[in-house]
Amino acid sequence: MEHCLNQLTSNVNGAQLLQQLVNGLTLGAIYALIALGYSMVYGVLELINFAHGDVFMFGAFVTVGVVSVFGLHAGSGLAVVVPVLLLALVLSFLVCAVLGFSIEKVAYRPLRSAPRLAPLISAVGVSFVLEAWVATFVSSRSLQIPELLPGSIKIFLGVSISYVQILMLVVSVLMMVGLTVLVRYSRLGRGMRAVAQDREAAALMGVNLDQTISFTFIIGSGLAAVAGLLWTLLLPVGNVMGFLAGLKAFTAAVIGGIGNIPGAMVGGFALGLAEAFGASYASNLSCGFFNSGYQNAIAFAFLVVMLIFRPRGILGATVSDRA
Amino acid sequence: MTLADINLFDRGTEPLVALGVSALLVAAVYFLPQMAAGRLKLIRPVTPGRRVGAPPPLRVLGRVIRHPVLLLALAALAPMLSVYLGRNADVTIIFGVATYVMLATGLNIVVGYTGLLDLGYVAFYAVGAYTFALLGSSQLYPILHRTIYILVPAGSGGDGLHISMWLVLPVAGLLAAAFGALIGYPTLRLRGDYLAIVTLGFGEITRLFAQNLFQPINITNGPLGIIQIDPIWIADYNFGIRHELFGFEYPAFLNYYYVILVVVLITIFFVSRLASSRVGRAWAAIREDELAAEASGINTRNLKLLAYASGGFFGGVTGALFASAQHFIDPNSFGFFFSILVLVMVVVGGMGNIYGVILGATVVGLAYFYTGQFGSLRVLMFGIVLVFMIIIRPQGMLPSRQRQRELATADLTVDIVAEIAPPTADPEA
Repeated sequence: MEHCLNQLTSNVNGAQLLQQLVNGLTLGAIYALIALGYSMVYGVLELINFAHGDVFMFGAFVTVGVVSVFGLHAGSGLAVVVPVLLLALVLSFLVCAVLGFSIEKVAYRPLRSAPRLAPLISAVGVSFVLEAWVATFVSSRSLQIPELLPGSIKIFLGVSISYVQILMLVVSVLMMVGLTVLVRYSRLGRGMRAVAQDREAAALMGVNLDQTISFTFIIGSGLAAVAGLLWTLLLPVGNVMGFLAGLKAFTAAVIGGIGNIPGAMVGGFALGLAEAFGASYASNLSCGFFNSGYQNAIAFAFLVVMLIFRPRGILGATVSDRA
Repeated sequence: MTLADINLFDRGTEPLVALGVSALLVAAVYFLPQMAAGRLKLIRPVTPGRRVGAPPPLRVLGRVIRHPVLLLALAALAPMLSVYLGRNADVTIIFGVATYVMLATGLNIVVGYTGLLDLGYVAFYAVGAYTFALLGSSQLYPILHRTIYILVPAGSGGDGLHISMWLVLPVAGLLAAAFGALIGYPTLRLRGDYLAIVTLGFGEITRLFAQNLFQPINITNGPLGIIQIDPIWIADYNFGIRHELFGFEYPAFLNYYYVILVVVLITIFFVSRLASSRVGRAWAAIREDELAAEASGINTRNLKLLAYASGGFFGGVTGALFASAQHFIDPNSFGFFFSILVLVMVVVGGMGNIYGVILGATVVGLAYFYTGQFGSLRVLMFGIVLVFMIIIRPQGMLPSRQRQRELATADLTVDIVAEIAPPTADPEA
């Protein structure tokens, strides 16, 4: 016992804490972007869109495809990398938006008035289709693109933040700000909020229900595409990546308060930080019992604790009672 | 990888054709009766209030299933026939389907009767399987020998616990039931989808523990799994090996099939009695309106915990039987896909109706096992069939009559809303 406490204290230093903070925030940014899609769809339809994680996976695969078609490699200059990544962004946004739109149209719309479990099963079916389609016709292996944006900024004390991480943070914060503006000030956003509050009343007040729901899916899927692109820059891509990432993102949405857009962001960052710190300190804290194999359990443990002490989420959504 | 590598038919067209045919067969069950009646609309929104009777073939099937003697004869003779035809692989599949029937029946208590969505049912199955694997194999020997070696001396006939299956079976069930109550407790205040995600999380945590609980102390043997799990014995009859009785062959899985058949019958008896008891009515009340149920004096907390515990019990028993029949378990058998598969059986069969659930488990289980050689294409077809089945018939093949009546009473409000606005009201919201 004393031995591992010594190990713990020797391992904790300011630099490492800060480094984990940076890593946690970037991971959290991706979770937050995916969580927004879950949260918005849940807000308007009260449906866990299980296929959302796989839409994210599609976004990542489109990016991998574009990068390999243009033959980018680790030494490619910025003059090539930037336009190709922008093209990848546009393409994956389009592919995912079309995908999200069609999924809603085919799999969820006919079930809007069906028993509650039916759309959930349908969502699971869509998720299987997307995962298996990629495994069968594209690749079932794990792929990683070369490092396109090498280099990092040293802050101090050996804490460094890579350009990719900066890009992730900047892009995701921009996306979140954009979404908040959209939802708060546009006509479409007003419609979305109205549908989330009361679907029938919104329809009676002249909100075009089908259109609003379709747009919600398009925007959510687009955000997932952006998350997919950012993920691809740093981490390997595989056909089953959507399941766990999606699950954690949904957890993040619940932690933040589901149906609540700032909540999804807060939840994403909280979960990213919890994972980064958990992965580096849990093993020492428990004398080696909780090794790195438990890393994926951190999100769920966090979720359970959260639900016991604050079931409405950090930012307290109003729908928790109906959910 | 480039996008140019994508080859749509690199596996040949044969599996596609085979899967297409199987999909057509499944679809035919749904379409033909409606086509005959001349009212086929491909994708139509099914309003919950509409009283949709099962199509004729399903109705006949439902009648067969409700006829206990006929069902029993069918269940007992089907595997004998496949052994007679020399298709021993089918026996394994039939055993697998029987375990699914058992699991779907257990999950139906939680999802169908009480209306609590559980996406981590595999956790109970895993608890049962690991309970028997630990108590009925040599896995724990090193730990026991080191710590309490007086109780388990080396070379005294035993090299582990090797407790008999008949003792472990109820223990595994009770342990899984306790686990169910434990999982249920923090989720009591939550509803619907929150519950789903928490149960899903618990299911994954259970699997991660099975996978990682081998250091610092080796309990589950990690990803390698536990091997040489004891078979079941009755007197001198070892269920784990092939027997010849009365000039007939009994492979191991056939023996186990009959064990599980008996367990399934007992389960059906208990569960259907339970469903029509005071407890079952209270569960239905919680499902329909939890606030109203609580106001009518139902102790919703205890009854929800009871639902979890009973569902968990049957999952645990099945897991123990599975571990014994298979002789080997590893964490890969207990993934999220498994939970979903069982849930699909419940929903496709018809939530809340035990016979519907049995039918669902049989149909989905057979379809799943017999398409095994198609790899990821199987999952692809499985997903497509799933989406269309649920769109065409969201209430399942043989829906519960009680549930239909309850949904039918919601008809009135739906109609009123439909006159003013498009029919998008969710009466269960």
